Amino acid sequence: MNKTTNQKAWFLVLPVLVLVAFSAVIPLMTVVNYSVQDTFGNNQFFWAGLEWFEEMLASQRMWDALGRQLMFSGIILAIEVPLGIFVALNMPKGGFWASFCLVMMSLPLLIPWNVVGTIWQIFGRVDIGLLGYVLDRIGVNYNYTQDTVAAWITIVVMDVWHWTSLVALLAYAGLKSIPDAFYQAAKIDQASRWKVFRYIELPKMMGVLMIAVLLRFMDSFMIYTEPFVVTGGGPGNATTLLSIDLVKMALGQFDLGPAAAFSIMYFLVILLISWVFYTVMTNLDNRGS
Amino acid sequence: MANVTETQAPAYVAPRKGLLSRVNSRAVVMTLYLLFLLLPIYWLLNMSLKTNAEILGDFTLWPKDLTLANYATILSDPAWYMGYVNSLTYVVLNTVISLSVALPAAYAFSRYRFLGDKHLFFWLLTNRMAPPAVFALPFFQLYSSVGLFDTHIAVALAHCLFNVPLAVWILEGFMRGVPKEIDETAYIDGYSFGSFFVKIFMPLIASGIGVAAFFCFMFSWVELLLSRTLTTVDAKPIAAIMTRTQGASGIDWGVLAAAGILTIVPGALVIYFVRNYIAKGFALGRV
Repeated sequence: MNKTTNQKAWFLVLPVLVLVAFSAVIPLMTVVNYSVQDTFGNNQFFWAGLEWFEEMLASQRMWDALGRQLMFSGIILAIEVPLGIFVALNMPKGGFWASFCLVMMSLPLLIPWNVVGTIWQIFGRVDIGLLGYVLDRIGVNYNYTQDTVAAWITIVVMDVWHWTSLVALLAYAGLKSIPDAFYQAAKIDQASRWKVFRYIELPKMMGVLMIAVLLRFMDSFMIYTEPFVVTGGGPGNATTLLSIDLVKMALGQFDLGPAAAFSIMYFLVILLISWVFYTVMTNLDNRGS
Repeated sequence: MANVTETQAPAYVAPRKGLLSRVNSRAVVMTLYLLFLLLPIYWLLNMSLKTNAEILGDFTLWPKDLTLANYATILSDPAWYMGYVNSLTYVVLNTVISLSVALPAAYAFSRYRFLGDKHLFFWLLTNRMAPPAVFALPFFQLYSSVGLFDTHIAVALAHCLFNVPLAVWILEGFMRGVPKEIDETAYIDGYSFGSFFVKIFMPLIASGIGVAAFFCFMFSWVELLLSRTLTTVDAKPIAAIMTRTQGASGIDWGVLAAAGILTIVPGALVIYFVRNYIAKGFALGRV
């Protein structure tokens, strides 16, 4: 759509600007403020320059948390994206069953995040949870509060349970936009199922799939509540992801300076990914119009 | 080709011989996937209908003596049900605020070009993506200093951080689908901006408003970190109260499960109406 230039449109945007500035800019400035100052209590602050940033960049703790975070995001993307596409390809094409599947698949997306944690905390327990009980009965030594591997498997499976449907729903929306003519042409060419997927379905899904991947990366990158409820970051620090570590530092130990420096670096990463996301979105918009 | 009529159908339906096995394999995949999704939820429901003795005593796949006592506990104890009231209060407040500021802004983004529009649109997106963990402490200090700590409005405003950008993006996605000629015709017919927007434009994007409202509601409903940080007693959300089921005699599993089931209900009630827009909503109005 060709838009007209109209500077008065600013008045329409102003309420949003004021509100979001209040809830985003002021807090962010507080964080910036803390990140360059030091305190010895009594609300007395001293200029610390980039000290906290240097300390955080040298701290093993942050790099470990970042490593775990990247590993977590990597694993869940590697599982959820192919699985989501696979599920989307097997969705009914219409009618009652399509609606039924859509509603059922959306259910996990609408559950409060700590309840998701609670569900899996219970589900994995050896004494009262179905999963833990069954695993225990068939002789698997499974204890997510003690064993690092079990804890990781639990939070990964939980995230797959929680969010694969989102990838599937987006991929499904992409699939539905492919005209029948494409399939007919493929049939005349006697293309194999794989070739139909590789040369018709995948390219047509690429746009929405990029959105799905970025959304999943983004949301998994700042995940907090679900793993916190299940493992509390443990055993030890095995599942302490970035957000969990940050909250521990800021609200638990009240280490304002390091936590603020940490926050800013965290936010810069998010900013970078947002930019990629924005570029993908606008490209998609331009192609559509 | 002998089977010309067959080619009319999408590739996956033909040929006839493979039809049965194809459909079956699709059904099997979907059944397995849905089973995987529903089993943990079923387990929670199952537990919520059991007595604690049965939960801890013998391992049963369905409640042997069905009881609604856990739900009765929640619905009769103010300490519990006020959690739902609190959650609903700030969620509804947030949805109303988000939508009312987002509607005009989304219209501006979808219709006009103005100084800094692209930057502003991008900046909104970064707030949708902002990690709540970064904002938890500053929010706590900000709302404490203005005397709004532990109020519904504080949580509602805090959730605007990600819900306003979300609403703007979703609504913009719907509005760009409405032809601009409609606006121009209305102005020629003598409508003012306000009456055009309310009487003509809003009915046209009614489904978009519904979807945006649903997503604002949902994201505010599922968020816990900020709402827990900003409340202590008066506005404490149900999700935070749930973490306190640990009594003297251990965790009250039945009540915990019942509370969990009740938090799923609001989403489950409206999901059917927005089923075709879920992908669009999550993709911020794109797709």
